[in-house]
Amino acid sequence: MLVSSRPDRDGPAGAHRADVLIVGASLAGLSTAEALRAEGFSGSIALLGEEGDPPYGRPPLSKQVLEGTWEPDRAALRTAEDVRALDLELLTARALGLDVRCGTVCTTAGTWRYGRLVIATGARAVRPADMTGAERVMVLRTLEDAVRLRAALAESRTVAVLGSGVLASEIASAARGAGRRVVLLGRSGRLGIGSPGLCLHDRLSELHRRHGVTLRLAAPVRGMAPDGRAGMRIVLDRGEELRSDLVVAALGAVPATEWLHGSGLDLTDGVLCDAQGRAAPGIFAVGDVARWEDAARGPARRIGHQSAAIDQARRVARTMCGHAPEPPPLPFFWSRIHGTGIQVYGDFPGEARLRPIEEDGDRAVLASMHARTGRVHGVVGWNAPKSFRRARQLVDRDRRPIARE
Amino acid sequence: MPLIADTTACVGAGQCALVAEDLFDQDDDGIVEVLERDPAPEQEADARRAVALCPAHALRLDP
Repeated sequence: MLVSSRPDRDGPAGAHRADVLIVGASLAGLSTAEALRAEGFSGSIALLGEEGDPPYGRPPLSKQVLEGTWEPDRAALRTAEDVRALDLELLTARALGLDVRCGTVCTTAGTWRYGRLVIATGARAVRPADMTGAERVMVLRTLEDAVRLRAALAESRTVAVLGSGVLASEIASAARGAGRRVVLLGRSGRLGIGSPGLCLHDRLSELHRRHGVTLRLAAPVRGMAPDGRAGMRIVLDRGEELRSDLVVAALGAVPATEWLHGSGLDLTDGVLCDAQGRAAPGIFAVGDVARWEDAARGPARRIGHQSAAIDQARRVARTMCGHAPEPPPLPFFWSRIHGTGIQVYGDFPGEARLRPIEEDGDRAVLASMHARTGRVHGVVGWNAPKSFRRARQLVDRDRRPIARE
Repeated sequence: MPLIADTTACVGAGQCALVAEDLFDQDDDGIVEVLERDPAPEQEADARRAVALCPAHALRLDP
């Protein structure tokens, strides 16, 4: 692993120190380190990561890497040189606990004292409830998962995907692209994509059906059992059974906060932070592990998008350096399902309807608009990137805090 | 300073074209088209911002 030659030890034997300790070396953690340097911070920064790979992007794992159009190392976000240029102390280790009073983090590579702490430990894939054979169920969260899943896809004729969110759709899409027979099993009766949620169900269902995915969206899994060398038998309601060579669970992600138990931080559904990402004095959280308040937009929530990880990292760096924060950006994410590019920007409050504002064949732009004022909260591009880019500006134009409208 | 786009990484978000319309456009599939492969010194700040804002990390400004 890359370790800078900069010793920074202080305190009792075995205790290390950094002005800023960042726990978690994926996109959010690395972006925080980069943003600190970009803001002119010249103190010591230690970046602690569990995986030992160079930081990689997650969106390509369920697209290019899973489809095999990219070799895994192409998902890397930075080169070794980029990271070296940041002058960080890099550690491959796991954080075990946080002592807020002493200002220390206990890790598998010793105890670290910090001036300020940034928590960026991300999230873990949800696995299906304890069922026989559940250990054969694959998930997709890490680069290692993606490589393993790609290999498993190559050896399977039939694939069952559990879940009804965007990741489930992307995995189903990659499996169909590989020529497999695919069934998508959901519990809620509808398909969703991120913040627009279920409003895109009809379009998505039609897209899947057109590409040969079997949709069983009101089919909760009641049990599972291994079948043969690698396959599974899935038990649904009324004793119905499905056999599948490969079962993949895309049931969501839970924030990785176990190591923070006992620290006194609010860990209900991620690390609770104020609008500047502060969880406690001198302690910040960014990325998939964090739940930020944003009074203008509603209750505190976790945002699992890549764009949020970068934006939050920048805001925290600016705050730590005493610079005024920029106005909070709106969430942006994208997906690619059966070759259709889907782009999403802004908010989609439950009360606002999502309607097409442009439509041309299979290209469309949809907008979430307030029924009375017509204010545009959010837009979705469906195979229409240039129109989407124009439509984004409607959201920015209409932007102001959501008061009682 | 060469401005390079990885078109297979591009996801058509258009952030680059939004912040630096002299340097970037998108084709009909939304994929980035670099309009100025060697930005002038006064365009460098915009170029850097576009590189930083690209959600797919598809852009690079090489020294």
